[in-house]
Amino acid sequence: MNEMPNLEQASAMTTSKISANNVQVYYGDTHAIRDVNIEIQPQSVTAFIGPSGCGKSTFLRTLNRMNDTIDICRVEGTITIDGEDIYNAKVDPVQLRAKVGMVFQKPNPFPKSIYDNVAYGPRIHGLARNKAELDDIVASSLQKAGLWEEAKDRLDEPGTGMSGGQQQRLCIARAIAVSPEVILMDEPCSALDPIATAKVEELIDELRENYTIVIVTHSMQQAARVSQRTAFFHMGVLVEEGPTEDIFTNPKDKRTQDYITGRFG
Amino acid sequence: MSEHTVSAYDQELTELAGKVAEMGGLAEKAFSDAVSSLVSQDLELAKVTIQKDERLDTLQQEVEVKLIEIIARRQPMGQDLREITAATRIANDLERIGDLAKNVAKRVIAIDSDLQSKKLAIGVEHMTELTLSQLKLVLDAYTRRDAEAARRVQEADAEVDAIYTSLFRELLTYMMEDPRVITQCVHLLFCAKNIERIGDHATNIAENVYYMVTGERLPEDRVKMDETTFSA
Ligand SMILES: Nc1ncnc2c1ncn2[C@@H]1O[C@H](COP(=O)(O)OP(=O)(O)O)[C@@H](O)[C@H]1O
Ligand SMILES: [Mg+2]
Repeated sequence: MNEMPNLEQASAMTTSKISANNVQVYYGDTHAIRDVNIEIQPQSVTAFIGPSGCGKSTFLRTLNRMNDTIDICRVEGTITIDGEDIYNAKVDPVQLRAKVGMVFQKPNPFPKSIYDNVAYGPRIHGLARNKAELDDIVASSLQKAGLWEEAKDRLDEPGTGMSGGQQQRLCIARAIAVSPEVILMDEPCSALDPIATAKVEELIDELRENYTIVIVTHSMQQAARVSQRTAFFHMGVLVEEGPTEDIFTNPKDKRTQDYITGRFG
Repeated sequence: MSEHTVSAYDQELTELAGKVAEMGGLAEKAFSDAVSSLVSQDLELAKVTIQKDERLDTLQQEVEVKLIEIIARRQPMGQDLREITAATRIANDLERIGDLAKNVAKRVIAIDSDLQSKKLAIGVEHMTELTLSQLKLVLDAYTRRDAEAARRVQEADAEVDAIYTSLFRELLTYMMEDPRVITQCVHLLFCAKNIERIGDHATNIAENVYYMVTGERLPEDRVKMDETTFSA
């Protein structure tokens, strides 16, 4: 790189929340992520799109070191959050995952009460000094997740007894309860019906004000609806990243064009 | 461009473009027939031209229905999204061109007498030739997805405007010289104004073709130097 960095890049470096540089991910001999560079902006939603198997989930998991839990997985390159290298030996992955929360494809509430699902994180991280504080955290997390009205009278009932959409919002409340700064979501709506999906999307839009959100979605329409920036992955490569409206009306790369217009073989 | 995984989608897009192409042909014909009927005072041709405008209206409505259907069923993105929005806007411009041509044809019936002098119509004919060739070029650019050709059409619109301005003065001079031609000249002036507006629609089409192909907007329209609005 002997080009002068332009102004946009320069300001991106100073304002981005997450910065990934030359990231490679291997599963044994499989090179799943190839030299990815991306700046992720705070207080906004970034969507990862691309065909199945292109590496969206793999790359998403590098952002809170979830790949550490997979034995054969190896990550190279640098990822910083607020300028700090998250792969530094001094970083505690458990603390990191509180700061960078994650919501999965299938709602996965614990087989416990609604209350305990939300209180779980604050308890293990010692975020509440007493029952009253814990109650407050649970209530405000459920409120932020748009679930309070539906849940307040049944906090002792099992979370697994809720509808799919409610369960997913419960998982979001659980992630919020430990005061994260970043929330990663891996196809959070793929198991939900359109109404439940709309509620989660509405929630994502509200959460954007206070959190940095990265969402993997196989639905381009969802990416177009919820995100400010979109990144298109193909065969482990980050092909193109930019403002969502540009990616969906005037993508620069032919592979992006073919994908978003449904021309992929 | 390669084909969609869902082939019915390709058919729908082709059908939409086909309707716009048909409209293009009809608008061109309506325009040239209207001016021919004017120059030769052919009342029969004028009437036929007026009647034929209905088909353009119908097609424009069909394009709109098709557009809504495609949006609802396919949620078009990227090139496809630009293509269908451009098609719809172009269809609107072509429908307006049809209306303007119809208005010229109606004036032929209103004049209902041979022109006092052939020379009165020469300017209008000249302006028509240029505008018609612009329209042909831009419709061609649409079919060929040719952004560069579309850009040239936009640039050439200044010439149509210049001719209109000089024609305006010329007709004014005739009217001052010989008050008996005033009624005819006023009709011709309105015809010229219609033709000038057809040129504007051709320019709109050019801008839409350019956007459709490149995803970029053509640089802002030049400032219109239409002095006739001051002198009129
Ligand atoms: N745990 C794993 N072990 C081995 N290979 C994996 C594992 N997870 C993903 N992969 C491989 O990495 C590539 C990217 O997968 P993934 O990140 O799940 O893609 P996406 O989320 O875009 O569908 C695929 O080739 C997949 O087979
Ligand atoms: Mg995945």
